[in-house]
Amino acid sequence: MTLQEDMTREGHTVPAKTPGKPDVSGKKGRGRRVTLLVALGVALPVLILVAAGSGQVDIPPGQVLGSVLHRLGIPIGDLPTAAQGENALWIVRIPRVLMAAVTGAALGCAGALMQGVFGNPLAEPGVIGVSSGAAVGAAAVITFGLTGLGNWTVVAAAFVCGLLTTLAVYAMARANGRTEVVTLLLTGIAVNAVAGAALGLLMFLSSNDALRSITSWQLGSLAGSTWDAVYVVGPIAVVGCLVAIALGRRLDLLALGERTARHLGVNVERLRFTGIVVIALLTSAAVAFSGIISFVGLVIPHLVRMAVGPGHRVLLPASALGGACLLVVADLVARTAVPYQELPLGVLTAVVGGPFFFWLLRRTRARSGGWG
Amino acid sequence: MSVGIIEGFRRRTRLPGERVSLTAEGVSVLRGGRPVLSGVDLTIEPGEVLALVGPNGAGKSTLLAALCGDVEFTGDVRVDGLPLAEWKPVELAMRRAILTQTHSVSFSFSVEEIVRMGRAPWIGTPLEDEDDEAVYAALEDADVSRFVGRPFPRLSGGEQARVALARVLAQRTPVVLLDEPTAALDVRHQELVFAVTRGLAARGRSIVAVVHDLGLAAAHADRVAVLSDGGLTACGAPEDVLTADLLSEVYGHPIEVIEHPRTGRPLVLPLR
Repeated sequence: MTLQEDMTREGHTVPAKTPGKPDVSGKKGRGRRVTLLVALGVALPVLILVAAGSGQVDIPPGQVLGSVLHRLGIPIGDLPTAAQGENALWIVRIPRVLMAAVTGAALGCAGALMQGVFGNPLAEPGVIGVSSGAAVGAAAVITFGLTGLGNWTVVAAAFVCGLLTTLAVYAMARANGRTEVVTLLLTGIAVNAVAGAALGLLMFLSSNDALRSITSWQLGSLAGSTWDAVYVVGPIAVVGCLVAIALGRRLDLLALGERTARHLGVNVERLRFTGIVVIALLTSAAVAFSGIISFVGLVIPHLVRMAVGPGHRVLLPASALGGACLLVVADLVARTAVPYQELPLGVLTAVVGGPFFFWLLRRTRARSGGWG
Repeated sequence: MSVGIIEGFRRRTRLPGERVSLTAEGVSVLRGGRPVLSGVDLTIEPGEVLALVGPNGAGKSTLLAALCGDVEFTGDVRVDGLPLAEWKPVELAMRRAILTQTHSVSFSFSVEEIVRMGRAPWIGTPLEDEDDEAVYAALEDADVSRFVGRPFPRLSGGEQARVALARVLAQRTPVVLLDEPTAALDVRHQELVFAVTRGLAARGRSIVAVVHDLGLAAAHADRVAVLSDGGLTACGAPEDVLTADLLSEVYGHPIEVIEHPRTGRPLVLPLR
């Protein structure tokens, strides 16, 4: 940010820099945007290597990289020297860390996308109840022991319920092509209440084992991550994020309001529909395996907007990468902060994310009079 | 983007010519079962500024909304001779730009980003090369060059209105529809808006503007269309249409019209 921009954002009046031609080439912010994407793109693999090496069996990142390269058929670097290192890495750690990355990417991207589609910076799958809606579907499958679609039954149920919840919230919270903050949050309260009641009922009906699974969802955890889960969530996260990024330019136009977006050539109905399906897909896939991990989709897009502005073509990929980084770190903390104990991941993100959200609200209110 | 490609295979996007016609025939709009517009015929000629005037609730904005296909209507609205439904959204966006009454923006986009959004319909066309020049010219014309880097939500109402106008100008369409473009503006900028509008008309563009200030309409429009109770009461040159009798009846308030001593244009004044 140049000094002038900085001062402008602080609310000072700045005399025109030059009386002549203003700089409209769009290059001013480009450096920052590229820097952010590159930084996140570098940070993610580094964090994955570090996280994969950390735990009860410590493996230096260099050896983790060596092991990965060997598996890829490139015999460079050292293999893990610790006892059972290779097994710990490939059976437990790497699927878990990858799961953290794809789940974080899905949640970060879904949050940014949802805010764009709703035209409201407070829309987040957890806040408005999509996560709990999806969890109801998954809990129902577990409680009643349904296995019609094998590995995919839970995901399918979570997806269908997530999609229905998203559609319901969208239909209820909108008026005149915009979503009022208050309406949206109240809708979220109502949806969360209904979903909470349904979850409670399912827990009442379920066996002890099912009860454990349902409880672990509500707390959010990546402890049970397997390669199968990675194979299911990974492609969904990647495809969902790519589709979301392809919608970026049109989402920018949607920020002008539905009517104006249409005047600028956007097929608003199709954009909304595509967006909502992708949101439901990303959220439900993340929720189905990992439970309710809240605030990732809220905090990350806000941080990205503060750094590089609201343009969706950067916001969406940066939120995906940022969400992945955040969850890799959060999961690392969850499993290493207390020796021989696992902290619930969803609780951890909420403990950090809640106060952050609060601070964000205060700050935005002070700076630009709230979100109206 | 992917959807755009599929659409492109289905039918190529038709680029507009220099001049685009816009006609309405027997356009009626019902709102909540009540007719708010009934049987309006209007043809907008290239190179003219048409002012839509009338009392509150006469149907001015509704007519504008019908012309851009934003409301359900019966009757026929044609762009370049084809009904609205036969155009793709992006093809319409290449032919007509619309300034709406409200200018809310959901996120803290900068002024430059907002104005640049006006170029969205031209992405992937040869006219994309004009982007920078069009954005620059539009910022100058709307007198908002000073604000380029500022976040839109932090501007004053009048400044926001001008930024929205700049976005519409940057779109560079043959037809421009403006809903109360001068509502939030001071005298200087009101005149500026109409000077820009006249400039567009001189280059063969058609402009339709909803105007509340009858003085502005009289001074700057080639034709004035008077709406009342959802119908077109009169349409023609300002001297012919803006008469004391007609306006007094339409507005339900005695109005006198005198000739400007220098320009000869009608001066419209409420009787006080």
